[in-house]
Amino acid sequence: MNGIPFAHEHDVCLCHTCGYVCPAGTSTCPRCEAPVHARKPNSIARTWAFLIAGLIFYIPANLMPVMFTTLFGSSSQNTIMSGVLEFIEGGSWDIALLIFIASVVVPCLKFVVLGTLLVTVQRRSTWAMRERARLYRFIELIGYWSMLDVLVVALVAALVQFRELSTIEPRIGILFFGLVVVMTMFAAMSFDPRLIWDAEVEDV
Amino acid sequence: MSDNALPPSPARPTVKRRGARISLIWLVPIVAGLIGLSMAVHDWMNVGPKITITFRTAEGLEANKTQVKYKNVVIGTVTAISLSDDRTHVLTTVELNNSAAPFTRKDSHYWVVRPRIGAHGITGIDTLLSGAFIAADAGSNEETTDRFAGLETPPPVSFGEKGKRFILHTDDLGSLDIGSPIYYRRIQVGQVVSYHLAKEGKGVDVEIFINSPNDQYITTDTRFWNASGVDVTIGAAGLKIDTQSLTSIISGGIAFREPNYSPNSKAADANAEFTIFDDQATALAPPDGDARYIRMRFDQSLRGLVVGAPVDFLGVNIGKVVSVDLDYDTKTQTFPGIIGAVIYPKRLGAANDKLEQIGGKGDPDEISARILGGFVEHGLRAQIRNGNLLTGQLYIAMDFDPKAPRVAFNPKLRPLEIPTIPGSFDKLQEQLQTFVDKLSKLPIDQVANNLNGSLVELQKTMKQVNGDVLPQMRGTLQQVQKTLATANESLGEDSAPRQQLSQTMDEVQRTARSVRVLTDYLGRHPEALIRGRTGDAAPGSYKAAPSSREINLEPEQ
Repeated sequence: MNGIPFAHEHDVCLCHTCGYVCPAGTSTCPRCEAPVHARKPNSIARTWAFLIAGLIFYIPANLMPVMFTTLFGSSSQNTIMSGVLEFIEGGSWDIALLIFIASVVVPCLKFVVLGTLLVTVQRRSTWAMRERARLYRFIELIGYWSMLDVLVVALVAALVQFRELSTIEPRIGILFFGLVVVMTMFAAMSFDPRLIWDAEVEDV
Repeated sequence: MSDNALPPSPARPTVKRRGARISLIWLVPIVAGLIGLSMAVHDWMNVGPKITITFRTAEGLEANKTQVKYKNVVIGTVTAISLSDDRTHVLTTVELNNSAAPFTRKDSHYWVVRPRIGAHGITGIDTLLSGAFIAADAGSNEETTDRFAGLETPPPVSFGEKGKRFILHTDDLGSLDIGSPIYYRRIQVGQVVSYHLAKEGKGVDVEIFINSPNDQYITTDTRFWNASGVDVTIGAAGLKIDTQSLTSIISGGIAFREPNYSPNSKAADANAEFTIFDDQATALAPPDGDARYIRMRFDQSLRGLVVGAPVDFLGVNIGKVVSVDLDYDTKTQTFPGIIGAVIYPKRLGAANDKLEQIGGKGDPDEISARILGGFVEHGLRAQIRNGNLLTGQLYIAMDFDPKAPRVAFNPKLRPLEIPTIPGSFDKLQEQLQTFVDKLSKLPIDQVANNLNGSLVELQKTMKQVNGDVLPQMRGTLQQVQKTLATANESLGEDSAPRQQLSQTMDEVQRTARSVRVLTDYLGRHPEALIRGRTGDAAPGSYKAAPSSREINLEPEQ
């Protein structure tokens, strides 16, 4: 477009690890021996796979209790949403908002964004490519913040162990939630943002 | 491009191509799906029956929080609480676990565990902090249902507990309650499970549960008695207080034992029926057997004779009074008392056996009529006697009185009527009455008048004595005093007559001594009377017989 040739026009590709320009078609970088590929292999399929897996895990993560609290003998199990609602009822809007963002908004955002990216890439859409690229970077950035929930539960369960007085134990829901975060992060990792721009070029 | 150009390679490195069209990465969502599916299936499989339990109040219950537990294992959760249509009770919807299917059996029980303070202690204290929960107890019925009526109090016996149930009959419940303890030799071995009125409201049926292995001690001959409260007896040995336990004082209790001698007893079957006696003594007494109803007619006050008063036969308690009524005799226009009593012939022991042999065969009523007829012939009479002078309680004594006037005995009469004689106390009263009557016949007025006259006379005499005799008496006494003083003077130590008397007495003594010497001398020398005293036989040579008193010899003349 601006006259600078594409790598594939010269039959070369870039090693992602050391930045070495390798001849196209090599499987490993001659310099650092890292695997070399023009695009992340099978990127779309992998991203789809991880995304779907994450979506599937998201269902039990929300339905199953994440935390089991015993306070003075009265025990209760909380799912993510019931915890949020409890905080709202208790008047702690800020904490409720924080948990809601970390455990509901962010994963959902990731699903939506990754889904959109994948669909647009597959349809070779040239719509708002720069924004999509920015969106992708944003997703990659906020991805691990979803682990906040998992960390909170892990921390609280480890700290609040006063035997009869009060105990907090993690429940299976949090495992699924952790899996959701991991799956979405994998999905984000396997997505190759260069695919966004491939729509400009016909033959890739 | 040219500097770092690769050395021209003879053969380009082979490019790895994936053979499979479908990437293995798709295994990830497939596995995720499988996990999700398996969990869904597991959940679906684990969804147990949904039941509705009605309670009087939802106090302490909370939807989605209150758990249903059996032996402290969670078997379900309350999912909803609502009022019944008529607003009289609360409907609690409970989702049970899949494994809790036995808890839908028709005779399962549900009750709310709350802190409770009762005679048996404090229970459910842990629910103070944790909040109430619903406890469950599975039944054994084959039929299932999804609607249960929750109990207000925990059932005393949980399902599957080993032991036997028995049914006890009693006149009234007393202080017994569900959960009241059953004691065997003062060890608690069971409890009251339920009670309800017997058929037609006559008495109460109490269902008890005896835990295994103590249920083996219930035999066909076991006697139960009411061990409620405190048994205080004052006897010859002093005050005796008897009770089973503190609990039984408050909440009542039942004790049982079998008589020391019960050779033919076997272990009782479940649901066997027994009677509760009032106390241990009556419980362990030999069985009374059939009662015979008798009637007695007394022409005296029945004050102090109460229903339940004992009937003695020669000092053996053979029955009790069951009714005290009045009759009206139109001929004499009196109100004789009619006493109805039951007697237990078996209490006579060996005597009864022999009497039955003598009585011959036939209707038991006839036999007893025959026997009693013979007794009446020999003077059997009933008598009201005083059992306790302090309280005035009376009892009926049957004794043989050979002197009793003959009375016709009607053996056909039902109930049999025993002739009576007035009671001993009555006799005493009668005698006292005659004595008083005689006393009242005495001419007390006349006697009193005479006595009054005599007393007046006496008074006159006394006046005379006081006026005339006493002053004279005083003068005489003064005279006597003077005389005595004179006598005293004349008899004094230093008075002249006393001196003279003393001298005279000395003279007399001397004279007596010389006379004795003379008589002694003459006794030895009677010839001296004729010849006079010889020289050798001087009185000085004579030695008198030893004497306490030394003899002062006279100077020789």
